[in-house]
Amino acid sequence: MSKRKTPGLNTGAMSDISFLLLTFFLLTSSINTEQGIPRKLPPPKTEDAQDKKVDINKRNVLNVLVNFRDEISVNGDVIMITDLKAKAKEFFANPSNDPSLPEKQNKPIDGIGDFPVSKGVVSLTNDQGTSYNMYVQVQNELQRAVNELRDETALQYFGKKFSVLDSAAQRAVSTAIPMSISEAPPIDYGSNGSN
Amino acid sequence: MSRFRKEGKKETPELNMGSMSDIIFMFLFFFMVITTMREASLKVHFQPPQATEIQKLEKKSLVANIYIGAPLSKNENTLPPGEVSVQLNDQTIKAEDLKRDVREFIGTEKESRDAQDRDRLTFSLKVDKDVQMRYVNTIKQELRANNALKINYAAGKKVTN
Repeated sequence: MSKRKTPGLNTGAMSDISFLLLTFFLLTSSINTEQGIPRKLPPPKTEDAQDKKVDINKRNVLNVLVNFRDEISVNGDVIMITDLKAKAKEFFANPSNDPSLPEKQNKPIDGIGDFPVSKGVVSLTNDQGTSYNMYVQVQNELQRAVNELRDETALQYFGKKFSVLDSAAQRAVSTAIPMSISEAPPIDYGSNGSN
Repeated sequence: MSRFRKEGKKETPELNMGSMSDIIFMFLFFFMVITTMREASLKVHFQPPQATEIQKLEKKSLVANIYIGAPLSKNENTLPPGEVSVQLNDQTIKAEDLKRDVREFIGTEKESRDAQDRDRLTFSLKVDKDVQMRYVNTIKQELRANNALKINYAAGKKVTN
């Protein structure tokens, strides 16, 4: 039996093909991850629930209104977007138990114990002419207020920031500092003036 | 043999290309794994607003996109009264078909997922930052009416100093 040497395969062309595939995937792909501000819409209206008006104490509501000129008013005062976070934070935390700021109700929470949970609700109203950018900024500032409060609470009870807590502790802190935004139906002041 | 060689002309040895293709394949698999295809070409102008408190969405396969923005070409359908189009899948929708199209879009997106993933399906609103809220409100209303309650306002990361 004569042992024949197998001729070496030329694999240069193979790398050409894989290069081609590589460039194809490089060009057609997008690496950017989906990111944004997550929100939940209220469930759709049912017939019987239509007339039911929830009676909320006035001190428990923070009326945030954004008009078609992208101006913000909080409970009637015109403020800048940069002041919104402080306002919202003060509203949710109510550190000095001010009678004009929301009430608190002691609730037992797993892992924390009794915690005075704020009853405050932010009522957000926007105009049909409000720009989407401003709307997102307002949502962002409100989220920032809640996130900072959650961080503070997490540090106080667990000694860590909210984002590094395990999911059970995160749930506890989220229950202690709820994110309560209620969106009122939009108004339409600026419909004839703006495009 | 060597006495037959002419004037010391040496042949260069052939390079072994086999391992090169291995490396390229590695690259290829890396890119294949980390990327997802852009499923639809954009028909509207979309520049997301910047925000600081953004979160990453958990799973890309559980996201359905709705684009709202100024149309890129004159032939696209727009919603009254302004120059804004809503894009579902790969086409812009007509104002009179809005309700039906959104309902169908939500229906098909939900159907294409497993039963246990249906509630986790997020509708990502990719809205251009200059769009007025009226268009976003209309879409939100439709989403709410069709029980698609998990939404996301797509935003870019704002760089803070």
